[in-house]
Formats: sequence, structure tokens, C-alpha cells
Amino acid sequence: MTNLVRHRLFWPTVVLVVLLVSNLIFSDNFFRITLQDGHLYGSLIDILRRSAPLVLVALGMTLVISTGGIDLSVGSVMAISGALACLLIGDLSNPDAVGPVLLVIGAAIALCLVFGLWNGFLVAVLGIQPIIATLILMVAGRGVAQLITDGQILNVHSAPYRVIGAGYFLGVPVSFLIAAVAVGLTVALTRRTALGLLLESVGGSPTASRLAGIRARRITIMVYVFAAAFAGVAGLIYSSDVSSADSNAAGNLIELNAILAVVLGGTALTGGRFSIAGSVLGAVIITTLDITAVSVGVPVETTLLFKAVVVIILCLAQSATFRAKVFGRFGSGSRSGSPRAEVAA
Amino acid sequence: MTVVTTPPTPQRNRSLLGGRRVYRPNTKHIPVLATLALLIVMYSIGVYNYDSFGDTQVFLNIFVDNAFLLVVAVGMTFVILTGGIDLSVGAVIALTTTVAATLLTAGWPAGVVLPLVLLIGTVLGLGMGAVIHFFKVEPFIATLAGMFLARGLALLINRNSIPITNDFWTQMAQKRFRFDDGVFISLNVVIAAVVVLIAALVLAWTRFGRNVYAIGGNADSALLMGLPVGRTRIAVYTLSGFCASLGGVLYSFYTSSGYSLHGQGLELDAIAAVVIGGVLLTGGSGYVLGTVLGVLVLGLIQTIITFQGDLNSWWTRIVVGILLFAFIVLQRLVTRKAK
Repeated sequence: MTNLVRHRLFWPTVVLVVLLVSNLIFSDNFFRITLQDGHLYGSLIDILRRSAPLVLVALGMTLVISTGGIDLSVGSVMAISGALACLLIGDLSNPDAVGPVLLVIGAAIALCLVFGLWNGFLVAVLGIQPIIATLILMVAGRGVAQLITDGQILNVHSAPYRVIGAGYFLGVPVSFLIAAVAVGLTVALTRRTALGLLLESVGGSPTASRLAGIRARRITIMVYVFAAAFAGVAGLIYSSDVSSADSNAAGNLIELNAILAVVLGGTALTGGRFSIAGSVLGAVIITTLDITAVSVGVPVETTLLFKAVVVIILCLAQSATFRAKVFGRFGSGSRSGSPRAEVAA
Repeated sequence: MTVVTTPPTPQRNRSLLGGRRVYRPNTKHIPVLATLALLIVMYSIGVYNYDSFGDTQVFLNIFVDNAFLLVVAVGMTFVILTGGIDLSVGAVIALTTTVAATLLTAGWPAGVVLPLVLLIGTVLGLGMGAVIHFFKVEPFIATLAGMFLARGLALLINRNSIPITNDFWTQMAQKRFRFDDGVFISLNVVIAAVVVLIAALVLAWTRFGRNVYAIGGNADSALLMGLPVGRTRIAVYTLSGFCASLGGVLYSFYTSSGYSLHGQGLELDAIAAVVIGGVLLTGGSGYVLGTVLGVLVLGLIQTIITFQGDLNSWWTRIVVGILLFAFIVLQRLVTRKAK
């Protein structure tokens, strides 16, 4: 029992279950999933569909944070990728043709890769603190997105493009499938190969891992490229879902939500270890929170308050010092090592 | 570390700090001097290109329009000097203006409302500082929670924009100090100037100021030296909370309204101003004067874009991003040289 309680995914899971169950009190049909027009329909499916962008962004963020970095620019990258895709699709002679739309998507993601390289270059080559390095793109990125759309909200009408965010495949939302594939690939890459270990070692100490023969610089650049690519896909899902590119609304505050998701999932911001399952769980919690607030009937604006309370509770629950002070179990859960170990717990 | 250079007479160098420190203030001044140079260049470009850009009032208006940002950025300077960050400032402004407007509309006297809203921000800052220090929660996350909390409370109180019609508030908002015909500053500017002055003095001449620099330089060393790390750290977040709520009051003077969506993204402006002003984001180095210059640079960019007319508002963001990049790289080069 104590092992279960001490598992780092225990508290996030409890929160998610509590949220889902509290939904049941307010809406009887919350767990009902029906088949309508050939695709699954229900609140749970809605949660899966709507958490896809956040899951993707949180996934990239997890990799970045595992190396001890942070990426504040994901929201701006989302806006840029959506803006570019909508601009190019608007220029297509036949926006319903699959081939050109795929090309457009490729172009948007390629641009995101460039921005990822830029972030990685600043952090790994110039040695700028990640939070500042990515702040540059966070501030400038939205300006770039507005430059692309000329400050307008671009509306597009393209059937193939709409599939990404609002379509269904075999009854399952396509956006959920994209997120699931991304999660599966990332898990396979990090846990079935040595990559995960390398990431954690770079996060633990870039210098030590470089001395151990790991190309720390290359790995650092890589995680920012990954984060930007995932953010780009998330931006496509978002803009496809609303069939438009809104440079201000796209990915607004998503960097904070993604960081929150990662922290809720038990990954410490100091780097050195990470949990992909935790981040996915965290992202789903945040989306569920938003949806719950609506279904409980709390005004949408109080979601923030709700979020604050949950964040505070979870952060305190995860803080070893707090647990020690409140429950008097000092030292039982903290990891030995540097004096900062308790921060990482 | 034993580089012996004959320092080209550092300005107002504090000689009591002794030999090793002598050359360091020079390198530390470089980012601030660069900001000053940039400011002068930008201003000259403006004066050269646009009619009536050189009017004294155009320059003073930068202060009038950015007084609240200046106050917030001063608080942020303290936090960043300790190596922390405060994301809640924009939300605290929203909360302050909303609470003030709501209570004033309900007929509360201004003499009660004013201290109360300042207290709310201060207590919020104190709370975040306490969580950061006692429970070892990262500043980023703790102030993020504070941001959600403040913005959420503001939205809960009232989601609409509320006009402020209170006599005291309108008086304060309309108060002008005139120097010459058509040349004036608002009360906000005076308050901001006082805040800047006090902050600069505190940072340069008090024990608290020294502690802030010491913690930013190396918190572990500061702790081993017996400095009150915890107290100082909590104090800077409290101070930032106070500055944010004071900024909120100035903002409500400036706009004569309370709105829960005021100050969105303001934390980014404040951080950008601090960084452009040459404060090292890792902490331990920088000046309040630099922050003032940083705020001026941001204000000047906006003024130039307004004067240009055919440039759109998003250019502000792109230019600020480019400046951030330039200054961060400059800082990087300077600190690398110092080592």
C-alpha cells in the first residue's frame, strides 16, 4: 500500500479519478459512449480529442525538461505552424486535393523544425539559459505568426486539412490517433533504445555526460527540434479543428499548461529524469479540468481558479519537504545525493 | 581570476569592496551602457525621421504611458536578481484593478480601498515566496499557480470591465505636473520615479540589497556565509507582489477602469524590460537603472511604430524579440569574458 501511495503517478491518478467521478455527480451520462454517424461520441471521447494538442506539446516539453531545459516558445510555434498552413492552403487552387495539403503540412512542420533548431542552437551552442533562449521566440514568434497572416484570422475550407483536427478514423478521433502514435513513438525511442538514458544523463550533468562520451550538445539540440515539431503538429490540429488560423488564440498559455502537465506528471524541472506516462496523464488532467468546469456549471473563467488550487495541492503533495513537515515522515522518501535531491522528489 | 588590469576609472566604483572587485563593475556596466547607447540611437533615428518626435512631451509620454510597467519591472528586477522569476505580476494587476473598481463602485472610501488592494498583492507575493522557500517549489511553478489564482479570482469577482468614477481616483488620474506650456507628467510618473529611487537606494546601499545580489550569485555560498537566504528570498517575492499591486493601482489611474483581463502578457514585458536593461537572468548582476532604460526602450519602440504609422503592432513583438536576442548574446559574451 505504501509503495502504491509513494509511486509518483499515484497522486496525479487520484486527481484524475476524482475529477472524472465528480463529473458523474453533475452529469449522469458522463461515462456513456455512443456511436453516432459512424464515430464514437461522448464526454470521454471529447476529453481524448481535446487533450491531443496539449499531450503533444507536453510530450516535447517532457523531453526538453528531462535535459534540464525548458521551452517557452511552443505556443508561438503552434501559432506559426497553423498560420503558415492556413496561408498556403488558402493559396491552393484546389484545397480539397490530398496531395497539396500534405505538402503544405510538410512545409509547416519543416518551418517548425527550423525554429526548433534555432532554440537548440541558442541553448546548446551559445550556452544561453533555456528559459531565456526560448523566451526570445516566445515573444517574437507570435509577431511572426501575425506577420504571416497579416494580422487577420485566416479561414480555410479544406476537407483533407479538416481531418487532422476534427476527423475520425474507424470511429476514433484522428487527433487522438496522432497523439497516440507520437506518444508510442517517443516511448519506444526513449525506453527501448539508449536515448532515454542519454537524455537523463545530459539532464543530470551535461559536463559529466560529455566527459563520458555522450554528445550532449547534439542531444540538447535534438530535444528542442522534437519539441518544436510536436508543437507544430499540435498547431496544425488546433487550426484544423477550428478551420482557421488565429495568431493570438492558437497555443495561448499552452506553454504554461504543458509545463504544468509535465510537473503534475512527476517530472522535476531540474531535469535528469522524466516520465512520459506522467506527462500524458498531466495533460489529460488539465483538459479534464477544463471540461469538468464547464460540465459542473462553474463559469468558464473560474477554471483558472480551479487550476490554481489543483496546482497548489499537487505541488505541495509532490514537495518532499511539505510531506515531511505535514506527515512527519522526514527522510523516508527523499533521494540521497546532492542537497537539491529534495527538489527533484 | 587574478587578471590585473588597470581599470579605466569605473564610474562611482565602490572602493570599499576591495581589489578583486575593481574590474568587475566595468564588465557589469557594459549591458547597461549598451542599452543606453541603443536608447540614444533609437531616439536619434526617431528625431531624424519624424516631425515633432523631438518634442519634450513625446519623450515624457513614454514615462506617462509606461509608469505602471516601470513599477512592476522594478519589483521583477529584485526577483530576477535572486535568480528567480515572477510570472504572476500581470495577473496581480488584473486582480488589483478589479478589486479596486468593484469596491469603489460599492461605495467603499478610497482611503480603505487603496491600502487594501496593495495589501492583497503583497500578501499574495508573501504566500508565493513562502511556498518557494519552505516547500522548495520551483519559482516558475509557484508563481504560475499565483498567476492562475490571481487571474481566476479577478474573473470570479467580475468578468466585465468596470469604470471607476470615484472622486479620489479621478483626481489622481487627472493630476498633472506642468513644467511648461503643454509639457507635463502625470502623478503616475512621480510615483514610479519615487519607487525607482527607493529601489535603487535599497539595492545599492542596504544589507538587504547586498543579500539579494549574494543569493543571485550563489545561494549555497550565501547560506554558508550565514546570510538570511530564506528571509531575503521571501522578501523579494513580497516586494514584487507589492510592486505589482502598486502597478495595478497606477494602471487603474491610467485607464480609470478595473478589468480582469488587464495586464495580459505584462509579465513578459516586465521580464523583457529587465533583460534588455542588462540584468542577468541567472541572477546576481544588474541595476535598477538598467531596468528603467529597458522600459524606456520598450516604450520607444512603441512610439516609433506609432509615428511610422504604416507598421503594424506585431512588429513591436518582433523587434522586442530581436532586441532580447541581441542583449542576451551580449550578456553571454560579457559574462564569458568576466570568467
